Amino acid sequence: MTFSYFPGCTLKTKAKELDRYARISAEALGFSLEELPDWQCCGGVYPMAKNEIATKLSSIRALASAKEKGQPLVTLCSACHNVIKQVNHDMQTDSNIVMKANNYMKLEEPYNGETEVLHYLEVLRDKIGFDNVAKAVKNPLKGKKIAAYYGCLLLRPGKVMQMDNPENPKILEDFIKAIGATPVLYPYRNECCGGYMTMEEKSVAENRSSLVMNSASEYGADMVITACPLCLYNLTKNSGSDVPVVYFTELLAEALGLK
Amino acid sequence: MRRIGVFVCHCGTNIAGTVDVKTVAETLGKEPAVVYATDYPYMCSEAGQNIIKDAIKEYKLEGVVVCSCSPRMHEATFRKAVSAAGLNPYLLEVANIREQCSWIHKDMEAGTAKAIVLGRAAIAKVQLNAPLIAGESPVVKRALVIGGGIAGIQTALDIADAGYPVDIVEKEPTIGGKMTQIDKTFPTLDCSSCILTPKMVECAQNENITIYSYSEVEAVTGFVGNFSVKIRRKARFVDENKCTGCGVCTEKCPVKNVPDEYNLGLSNRHAAYIPFAQAIPNVAVLDKNRCIKLTKGKCGLCSTVCSAGAIDYEQKETIVEEKYGAIVAATGYNPIKIDGYDEFAYSQSKDVVTSLEFERILKADGPTDGHLQRLSDGKQPKTIVFVQCVGSRESGSSHGCGKEYCSKICCMYTAKHAMLCREKYPDTDVYVFYIDVRTPGKNYDEFYRRAVEQYGVHYIKGMVGKVAPQADGSLMVQASDLISNEQLHVKADMVVLAAAIEPDKSARPLATMLTASMDTNDFFTEAHAKLRPVESPTAGVFLSGVCQGPKDIPETVAQAGAAASKVIGLLAKDKLSCNPCVAHSNEMMCNGCSSCANVCPYGAITYADKDFSRRQDGSMIRRVASVNEAVCQGCGACTVACPSGAMDLKGFSTSQIMAEVDAICK
Repeated sequence: MTFSYFPGCTLKTKAKELDRYARISAEALGFSLEELPDWQCCGGVYPMAKNEIATKLSSIRALASAKEKGQPLVTLCSACHNVIKQVNHDMQTDSNIVMKANNYMKLEEPYNGETEVLHYLEVLRDKIGFDNVAKAVKNPLKGKKIAAYYGCLLLRPGKVMQMDNPENPKILEDFIKAIGATPVLYPYRNECCGGYMTMEEKSVAENRSSLVMNSASEYGADMVITACPLCLYNLTKNSGSDVPVVYFTELLAEALGLK
Repeated sequence: MRRIGVFVCHCGTNIAGTVDVKTVAETLGKEPAVVYATDYPYMCSEAGQNIIKDAIKEYKLEGVVVCSCSPRMHEATFRKAVSAAGLNPYLLEVANIREQCSWIHKDMEAGTAKAIVLGRAAIAKVQLNAPLIAGESPVVKRALVIGGGIAGIQTALDIADAGYPVDIVEKEPTIGGKMTQIDKTFPTLDCSSCILTPKMVECAQNENITIYSYSEVEAVTGFVGNFSVKIRRKARFVDENKCTGCGVCTEKCPVKNVPDEYNLGLSNRHAAYIPFAQAIPNVAVLDKNRCIKLTKGKCGLCSTVCSAGAIDYEQKETIVEEKYGAIVAATGYNPIKIDGYDEFAYSQSKDVVTSLEFERILKADGPTDGHLQRLSDGKQPKTIVFVQCVGSRESGSSHGCGKEYCSKICCMYTAKHAMLCREKYPDTDVYVFYIDVRTPGKNYDEFYRRAVEQYGVHYIKGMVGKVAPQADGSLMVQASDLISNEQLHVKADMVVLAAAIEPDKSARPLATMLTASMDTNDFFTEAHAKLRPVESPTAGVFLSGVCQGPKDIPETVAQAGAAASKVIGLLAKDKLSCNPCVAHSNEMMCNGCSSCANVCPYGAITYADKDFSRRQDGSMIRRVASVNEAVCQGCGACTVACPSGAMDLKGFSTSQIMAEVDAICK
């Protein structure tokens, strides 16, 4: 199984572990991630303006490039995933955006949202199967109480992202079970960490992140996992909590005996 | 060629606003058969009707065309007028130039042209109209009420009081419905059971009322005045005539872990049970899915302890067949399932309950014996948050279970709950989050104001976004206060969700059996939203209570009485005049193929072997269709299905319809 892969800027700089462990785990689980040639930044934030085309173009380039190869496009960073998936949804549903984007791009064949966009977690759940992940585990993380942190970008808007129930998700909990650990359910796992507010109004990010981390530790979590570099930043730098926060791929690699 | 008169109505500006009525009258007046044509502001008025009557006499009219509103609205009015002037009422045609013309067009020229075409079609048809005479059918003087909640009970009592026998079919083992589960009623705070149980007892004692409890309607055939209904009486494995309701079997039954429906699953009951102390009939039931004797063939304890010898493990379900003149649907409602609202943590925390569950907690015969307690740890909650409109007024539901309509009862019962909490437990802090507080009704707004002003309930305009169960067992409620424009965090011990209500699931299959129409939310549709609110468009079928739309107890009782009075009005008649526009079969063309009988929804078509022998040819016996005119409703399905063109509908014959089409296409 080969997928086109969009790593995104942060995974090349601050979040190298998220990327590295995902790749080696993929090989161990029998699928490979083929990095798109010449990919550009996804745009960083999904532009909600309906008359704004330029900011969507880099995502469309990535999507069209995966389409050429006939492969689903896999992402890892929650923010990249959110932007690319929402832009793809625009290209499936908004004829005005489709027309303008294609007029500008002048592709050999117009792009109409054909590419399937998958998050790495969805690949594990839907293509590999968590039961097969569990079978490949060499070093089960027995007795570890792990709290999953979803944040907002993986799940919302629910109708577009369609990854899981945005109010009561379970994909990360199922992942935690697959690597042999015990998931900790706590109510703020799908709340915002504060995101980019840390740049402008640090107290907002501090409040949001500490709410999440305090709740997780009250429910007895030894560790928190996430798929998002910005969430990881806020939860570690802005929460004041000393509960460790790591990328889910790092734990996956550890369980598969690759770390 | 018949002498036709044409009468064009302005309907104020309803028609005249987009149709040039003078031109329509003038143009139609030049049609070959038309000897008189005129227009008038309100044809349906007394003066308008007199214009028609006078013209019939003066111009010796043999057919009348009225260009006005839909025939559903005033066909009966104009038929009466025509008949009063000595013409057969079926020699009238109504051309609908309002609903199907003026209301949907904006352009006067187009509207006028279309009105003329519609008028021409009616003129062509009325040329071929046959004078028809309505027959009569007898009325069975017995009514059926489906559903034994407060709506059904009140309807049945009122019909019985007028002297007519009435049967109540209730699918549960007891009548009483939702009102039995409620603690107090707004706006007077009188006890629900105290006002309901006397009515339940009255039903049991009234000689004119028969209660079929634990029974469901299986099939309905027939028509107004003469319905034939099959009622399936489920096996309760207890002889209703022998059981004294002593309750010994329910105490001795060893199966104790069945979720109790009366307490909405908040407590358990035995497999042998009586739903609650005041059940009517006060007769035990064995739960066939849980009883050990019925599932595994062992036990039999209840039979040995029953001194009346009422337990009957061999009891089978039976079918009762009965005839009725009128049927009342009173199938009620249920709160929607709110499992999809995960942001309120209903599935995650025992201390997040629905309002009906909260009623059970407040009521003396509920799971906490009427003590306000948390279901998780039995502690008395100090802070309670009520959330209104859970699943109501939700457009483009993201949860898939929300309703667009307002459930109407929640604002008032939430005010009641808040007030009761503050009255019984004054140290409780009570918050109500709302979108709007809707309290139209006598003494309703005063009631709500009392909750705010006298009882100090914190009403906050804004919705709850999240209920987060905390590790210490409390519930952190995150909400917005739209008036002070800030986000609130309330640490609560209990959260009560006012879930939307929806029609009972049994309503849709029942509507199919009754050929009664429903709206997209599965509420029964009334014949006219304003003027015929308790009648279904299907003749002889009436509506009582929430099955027609959300309503509270006073409104339900009022509607139940109104439905009863309509039933009484129907049953008081000895005969009903039938619709003469029914199908008939031309025996010479019929080949007996059964196509018509297969599509007839009313079972009005039968077949008989008939002798068509002529003297020389010897015997020639053919199977031909015949229509029971008393049963036929004139839907016309058979005329379309008939391959040989033998079936025709009086008043809407193929030749009449073709004449209309020809006139339109000319």
